[in-house]
Amino acid sequence: MGVAELTRPVVAAPRRSARVILRRLSRDGRATAGAVVLAVAVIGAIFAPWLAPFDPNDQTADILSSPGARHLLGTDDLGRDLFSRILFGARVSLFVGVATVLLATTFGVFMGVIAGYYGRWVDMLVMRYIDLQWAFPNFIIAVGLVAIFGTGLENVIVAITLAFLDDFARIARAMVLSIREEDYVAAAKAVGASDQRIVLRHVLPNAVSPLIVQGTVSISYAILGEAALSFLGLGVKPTTPTWGLILNDARPFFISAWWLGVFPGLAIMLIVLAINFVGDGLRDLLDVREYFKS
Amino acid sequence: MQAYIARRIIYSLLVMWGVATLVFFMMRAIPGDPVQAFVGFEGDPAAVAQIRRNLGLDQPFIVQYVKWMGRLVQGDLGASIWNRQAVTVLIREALPRTLALALLSFAVAVAIALPTGIVSAIRKYSLADHAFTFFAFLGLSMPDFWVGIVLIIVFAVRLQWLPAFGYEPLGMGFWPWLSHLILPSVATGTSFAAILARMTRSALLEVLREDYVRTARAKGLRELAVILRHALRNALIPVITVMGIAFALLLAGAVVAENVFAIKGVGRLLIEAIINRDFPIVQGTILVIAGIFVFSNLTVDILYALINPRIRYVD
Repeated sequence: MGVAELTRPVVAAPRRSARVILRRLSRDGRATAGAVVLAVAVIGAIFAPWLAPFDPNDQTADILSSPGARHLLGTDDLGRDLFSRILFGARVSLFVGVATVLLATTFGVFMGVIAGYYGRWVDMLVMRYIDLQWAFPNFIIAVGLVAIFGTGLENVIVAITLAFLDDFARIARAMVLSIREEDYVAAAKAVGASDQRIVLRHVLPNAVSPLIVQGTVSISYAILGEAALSFLGLGVKPTTPTWGLILNDARPFFISAWWLGVFPGLAIMLIVLAINFVGDGLRDLLDVREYFKS
Repeated sequence: MQAYIARRIIYSLLVMWGVATLVFFMMRAIPGDPVQAFVGFEGDPAAVAQIRRNLGLDQPFIVQYVKWMGRLVQGDLGASIWNRQAVTVLIREALPRTLALALLSFAVAVAIALPTGIVSAIRKYSLADHAFTFFAFLGLSMPDFWVGIVLIIVFAVRLQWLPAFGYEPLGMGFWPWLSHLILPSVATGTSFAAILARMTRSALLEVLREDYVRTARAKGLRELAVILRHALRNALIPVITVMGIAFALLLAGAVVAENVFAIKGVGRLLIEAIINRDFPIVQGTILVIAGIFVFSNLTVDILYALINPRIRYVD
């Protein structure tokens, strides 16, 4: 047996190629439905400037008109077309969802790997921090951070990212701890592989599955979080059309214009439901349930 | 046991100290000056300096920190910059509303989750199970505040069964109090009911495979007795731990619901203070909310150790 075989990771869930995963996922009805909805939303968000019948901030003479042929989902108190605003809102929601999760994964995994790999006081420091954050719901942390940093899209992204940090750090650390003692890591060390190489080649590939699942779930939480922050007036600037903000603006008109209160929320629900369906399919497929026991 | 409890209490106090310190320094690390932001950037520099002196903000950080901590230990959270009202007084008024809302939301969640979770587990893969699973996904995917909005549109505006906004203290009568809290607690409880129902289902399914359940069935017990007396009792242990944490989560939900339903609770106090940049109130409410979380975590840990003696850690 050569060194190459010895150092190849052989632990944890079997790694499958992306094509196999996609094929199996397509057999899961719920996950497929979720993926289709998600694809439509992403396309809608990207091509919003071409697909939207009106400019999202254009004020027309049709004030508070109910859903109909001209305005598919009706208009708001300033005569702005609700469908166009929801379409543009998808851009912010999806962007916040993906951006926060990418950032949280990067920094969280870095923290977790450092803690797990180097152990001792580094681990103790990181774990105390994680424990501290673990004691509080993510949404409260995000609200607290926005209170400190101030409102605005960038601050919302930073706040939600920080609120998620502990979830990813925890997974990465647990993976490192379970893999660190494996024979092939000892073998890699014995042949003189650097720490960096061991982490990148042997530890991280094994942590990918649970991180993908956590990432998917977190995207939906981030979208819900951004919507709630915007609804509370702590999110993006008032001119940006986002789902939470549209709902916040609609508050005085719930009695006269139900569509303003219903459709933006339906949009949030559909996207989050779609992501949850896909996430659940991935979780079954990648068989990562065990990592979620805390 | 006493040593375990003592250790947990000391740890909780350390967490609180950590949170307080973090909040203190982060509030002062904000780019820009809270007083300047409060007065407005055109504000008279002399007035700004006067307010800073009044609030003690002209002193070095460490002096401010020690003074602040000293007052905090005595239960003094400072006063609002807007109207000089004591933060503790504001919180004392708001807290019962938030706690009532969280408690009722908890009741709503349990009332929905336990029966549906049990039915789902007993009739696995039946039509009811599939329906409940779908509703659970739906419950997890709907933003709390939007559920609140829809409830207001349907039950307050259209049907006019329940009030849409506000809060009545219990002293004004039971029904006025309850009627104002029904919609908000359903809005807050829904998503948690979804999580709890799924947990109950999977915990019960696991237990139903155990030998002692087979024994209970074999000795001829009725199915209902098997489920309620043997299976459910054991299945509920992990569920109960989650319920403790859940109460904290529902408090977070209350922050949002209070803003939808215009209830002057701690959450609304916090959000208004953030928008008004009233930083003593922001600090105070964050600390009180943190205190509630730490206290409920502590209670859960102690209760859990009492229920299950195996986990009295000796580390």
